[in-house]
Formats: sequence, C-alpha cells, structure tokens
Amino acid sequence: MSLLVIAEHDNAALKAVTLNTVAAAQKIGGEIHVLVAGSGCAAVAAAAAKIAGVSKVKLADAAHYADQTAENLAALVQANAAGYSHILAAATGGGKNLLPRVAALLDVAQISEITAVESPDTFVRPTYAGNAMATVKSADAVKVITVRSTGFDPVAAEGGSAAVEAVAAAADLGLAKMTGREITKSARPELGAAKVIVSGGRGMGSGENYHKLLEPLADKLNAALGASRAAVDAGFVPNDYQVGQTGKIVAPQLYFAIGISGAIQHLAGMKDSKVIVAINKDEDAPIFQVADYGLVADLFQAVPELIAELG
Amino acid sequence: MKILVPVKRVVDYNVKVRVKADGTGVDLANVKMSMNPFDEIAIEEAVRLREAGIAKEVIAVSCGVAACQETLRTAMAIGADRSILVESDVDLQPLAVAKLIKAVAAKEQPQIVIFGKQAIDDDANQTGQMFAALMGWPQATFASKVVVSGDTASVTREIDGGAETLEFKLPMVITTDLRLNEPRYATLPNIMKAKKKQLDVLKPADLGVDVTPRLTTLKVSEPPKRGAGIKVADVKDLVAKLKNEAKVI
Ligand SMILES: Cc1cc2nc3c(=O)[nH]c(=O)nc-3n(C[C@H](O)[C@H](O)[C@H](O)COP(=O)(O)OP(=O)(O)OC[C@H]3O[C@@H](n4cnc5c(N)ncnc54)[C@H](O)[C@@H]3O)c2cc1C
Ligand SMILES: Nc1ncnc2c1ncn2[C@@H]1O[C@H](COP(=O)(O)O)[C@@H](O)[C@H]1O
Repeated sequence: MSLLVIAEHDNAALKAVTLNTVAAAQKIGGEIHVLVAGSGCAAVAAAAAKIAGVSKVKLADAAHYADQTAENLAALVQANAAGYSHILAAATGGGKNLLPRVAALLDVAQISEITAVESPDTFVRPTYAGNAMATVKSADAVKVITVRSTGFDPVAAEGGSAAVEAVAAAADLGLAKMTGREITKSARPELGAAKVIVSGGRGMGSGENYHKLLEPLADKLNAALGASRAAVDAGFVPNDYQVGQTGKIVAPQLYFAIGISGAIQHLAGMKDSKVIVAINKDEDAPIFQVADYGLVADLFQAVPELIAELG
Repeated sequence: MKILVPVKRVVDYNVKVRVKADGTGVDLANVKMSMNPFDEIAIEEAVRLREAGIAKEVIAVSCGVAACQETLRTAMAIGADRSILVESDVDLQPLAVAKLIKAVAAKEQPQIVIFGKQAIDDDANQTGQMFAALMGWPQATFASKVVVSGDTASVTREIDGGAETLEFKLPMVITTDLRLNEPRYATLPNIMKAKKKQLDVLKPADLGVDVTPRLTTLKVSEPPKRGAGIKVADVKDLVAKLKNEAKVI
C-alpha cells in the first residue's frame, strides 16, 4: 500500500503542517510518498526528502504551480494518483481548497479534517463545530483525506533520505490568474505552530486597543496573536487572525481569550488547548465553562497588570 | 445571466447539539433548523449582482427532505427569483450534492454558481470545489470580495496568511466566506411575496444521479470534556497559578 501526501509550502520552504500530515499517513500505514508541486521549489523537495518515514518525493516544478491554484494542482494530483490507496493534505486553507476537487475528479468522497485514524478505511472527524465526533468508514477505492494538524503530533523533520523524482507537469488549464496577494507580515510565531496564543475579541473595543494591549502581552510570552470573528468583522485585525469553526483550529499549550464571550463557533477552534485562560468582565460568559483559569475583570485594567506581573 | 445558489437546511447556528445516547447521531428532535449561514451570504451576493444589473435571475436550489422548502422560501424572501428542491430522504453527502447540482446546472445553464464555503452541520467544506471539478470550471473559494465585469470576475479570497485576488473567466464557482457581505433581513412583505414564487420539486432519479453515500457513519460520540476550571482572585494569583500549577510560563 502506498500513500501520497501533498506538501504544503510557499515554493521556498516546506510548511511544518506537512509533518503532521505525514504523521497521519504513518498511522494509516504503508509506503509514504510526498508530492511537491510548485515553481522553483527544489529546496522544498530536498526538505521533504529528509522527513522521517518518507520513502519518495515527487517533484513537479513548473511556472503554473507557483500560485498553488486548485485547478492546476488537482489535475496534477489526478494524473499522479494511480497506485495510491490514500491521498492526504493538511486541513489548511490550501488543502481545503484543493482536496475536494481532487476527490471529485477521482469520483470518490473526501474525508474532512480527520483527528484520528481507526483503521486504513475508518477515521474520526469533528462535526457540528466539534460538538459531535463522527467515526466514518469509507467504501471508496481511494481515500482522499484532509488532516487536522492538532490531532497528530508531527514526525521528525530530519532523519529520512528519500529519493527525489521529477514528475511531468500537467497542462496549464489557464482557469485562474493571480493578480495580487497580501500576506500579513508578522515576526511572531504562526497561529498554527505557536505554543502560546493571545486572542482578543469584541471586548477590546477597537483595533487600536487590541494592538496597544495585546502586542506587549504577546511579546512577553512569545505568543501568536488571534481573534474572534467579531474582532475580525469589526476590522480590529485581518481575517487570518480568526480562530474558530470557520477560522483556524489551534491547540497551543496556553491560550488567552481576552474580551471573548465563548460562542460555540469560537470554542470549536481552541477548546483542545492545554491550558485556557479567560479574562472577561461578565462572570457568566460561556468562555469560563472551558477556561482552566478564569479572571473576572475589566480587561483594560487586567491586561496592563498582567504585562507588569510577567516582568 | 443566471446565478444558481445551492442552499442547505441545517441546525441553527445558535443551537448546541447533543449527541444521542446510543451513539447513532445527534439529536435533531425539536431542534431549530435554519439556512446555513454561509448560504445566506451566497444568496445575498447573488441578489446584489442582480440588483446591479449583472445577473438576470437568481435560482436557489436545495437537496434534501421536503422541509427544505422552508429554506428555499427564506432564500426567495431574501430575493431569489425562484427555486428548486431536489427531494430525497437519503443522507446526501457532498459528492452526491455536487452531482445533483451539476444536473440542475445542465438544465439551467448558470454562469455563476455561488455556494457557501462550509455547511455548519457536517463541516465538510467540499461541495463547491467538487462541483467545480465536475464541471471543469474555476473555483473562487472563501471569497471576501467579488467584482464581476463582462465575462470575467475578480475575486478576493481569504487564505491562511492573509488574502489573495485572482481573475477568473465565467462560468465559475464562488464559495462565500463570512466577510463577503452582511445578508439583509427578510422583510414581512418579502416573506409574503416569497410564498407565491415558483418552487419546483425534482427527485434524484429524475436527474439520473446516484446518491448512494460513500461514507458510513459507524458511531457519533461526544468530544472529550474539559475538566472544570477555577476562577482566580486577581492577576497575581493568575500568574502564580500559570507558573507553579500549570507550569506553562
Ligand atoms: C457561520 C458562523 C461561523 C462563525 N465562525 C466563527 C469563528 O470561526 N470564530 C469565532 O470566533 N466566531 C465565529 N462566529 C461568531 C460567533 O458566533 C460569535 O459571534 C463570536 O465568536 C463573538 O465574538 P466575541 O466573543 O469577540 O464577541 P462578543 O460575543 O460580543 O463578546 C465580547 C465579550 O467581551 C466581554 N467584554 C466587553 N468589554 C470588556 C472589558 N472591558 N473587559 C473584559 N471583558 C469585556 C463581554 O463581556 C463579552 O463576553 C461564527 C458565526 C457564524 C454564524
Ligand atoms: N444538501 C444540500 N443542498 C443544497 N446545497 C448544499 C447541500 N449541501 C451542501 N450544499 C452547498 O455546499 C456548501 C458547502 O457544504 P459542505 O461541503 O457540506 O460543507 C453549502 O454551503 C451549500 O451551499
């Protein structure tokens, strides 16, 4: 049995979530190959070849894979699908865009955001904002799966020595043309990879308050910054800060929810964090039901105190 | 041009569902059902494109049980011109829905099909992408801004690190993200008007689509519960507990 893992990368570097996806593939069992599709991405392929447990890297290097558009990538994966029992990608924005398209081209179901592997055809996945965990069995010949990274500890980035094999690019379908990309610049850890996350909600009152109060706190803790949907909708911070059912799913060692009420959609994205701290002036806020440590206080007082106390 | 909008009837987003004690699913008895929130955004966007003179007709389509007619009436109260129910009691999974919508699209010949990005019950986030694959169309998923001019559309998408804008040639698929628009409330007069709008009912067999599920749910269980936490007295207490008890800082 062989499995194909689609590497996540930005043409320059391999994204760490790929290691969690490989971990899920290992749980399923079999020979693991990684597909690196991009443009000028030989360094990514070299990094993929070093991942522990990977036995082959397939590299498709062509200009029309530079932007990772789903239309072209899906056609490439389809062309390379023969012989694989499972095709996996991370349940990131990129993976969620791509894999359903791959599955439909192969006329099979796609299994979204698995958090556990029961057997090669049976998986656990969250539904209803994580309030119901479904164990599903696939009847399809090929299992096309996105993997929730928080469900699988990453394999080692080093230790493997897989061969890199070039594969032919598929035709450029010319269905989508990139005209601009705005990546939020930040020196902080990525939300998905951070050990500590400081998130702010509508209670912050404004983008100015958000940054004035939470940046120094995040600095002290070497934390990533996150937000509730309400804070993003109000324009306090960009969309990629959103944690939740329809934003990012995180599970850091320590999560601060500050001025966040704790709607089910927000909890869906952070309730697997190891330790949760909530600061809210409303003692009945639902966030306190999942918080290990709750502080009923006005955040405008508590946050500066906290920064000072951390020294 | 016509715009087709698939809308799903789901458990209302305010409801916290309960897993049935026998582990066969979630308890849907007497639970409030509504239109999937992302699909309201999809209908709103389509109606705005019609109001701007870009689209001529907005058609809502839902696949599922007879009660989905309510969801379609809501779509028409927001402003869809007419609607289609593909009625089935089968558990319709994303691939089956994509195939049903493809069959409807073959009849209606829309230039744009606007899906929600994700149904908040199955949390699949698949159907729009699958439909686009079956049609060989481009897919502008997770859209936060749509500008249609002539036979092209420029769509801004929410991505992990920020946002990107792409240009697509119609026909195409769009899937909506939360910040694309704020759906209007259906007013009482519009709810009344919607009752008189056309609603056609088809069966999967009429469309020649096999909707047999590919995935079988073996069991549904509650997620692990978090142990009850405590309230701390003040910031000093909090920091002390994080250092000495939780040992996370
Ligand atoms: C389809 C759909 C998808 C969604 N997806 C997501 C998602 O992915 N992520 C997400 O977060 N939400 C999501 N939501 C929105 C969710 O339902 C809530 O509306 C949102 O999480 C609320 O954000 P909030 O807690 O910041 O705001 P609010 O609920 O308004 O809470 C603000 C909190 O701040 C507190 N507060 C105010 N002032 C102070 C102060 N001075 N000091 C201390 N505390 C203060 C208040 O007591 C209150 O508890 C989604 C909703 C829908 C319908
Ligand atoms: N049964 C259905 N009927 C109509 N549209 C649907 C149905 N299921 C899914 N959709 C559409 O597909 C989108 C994504 O759903 P999903 O892939 O299930 O997360 C929804 O927001 C709807 O636009």
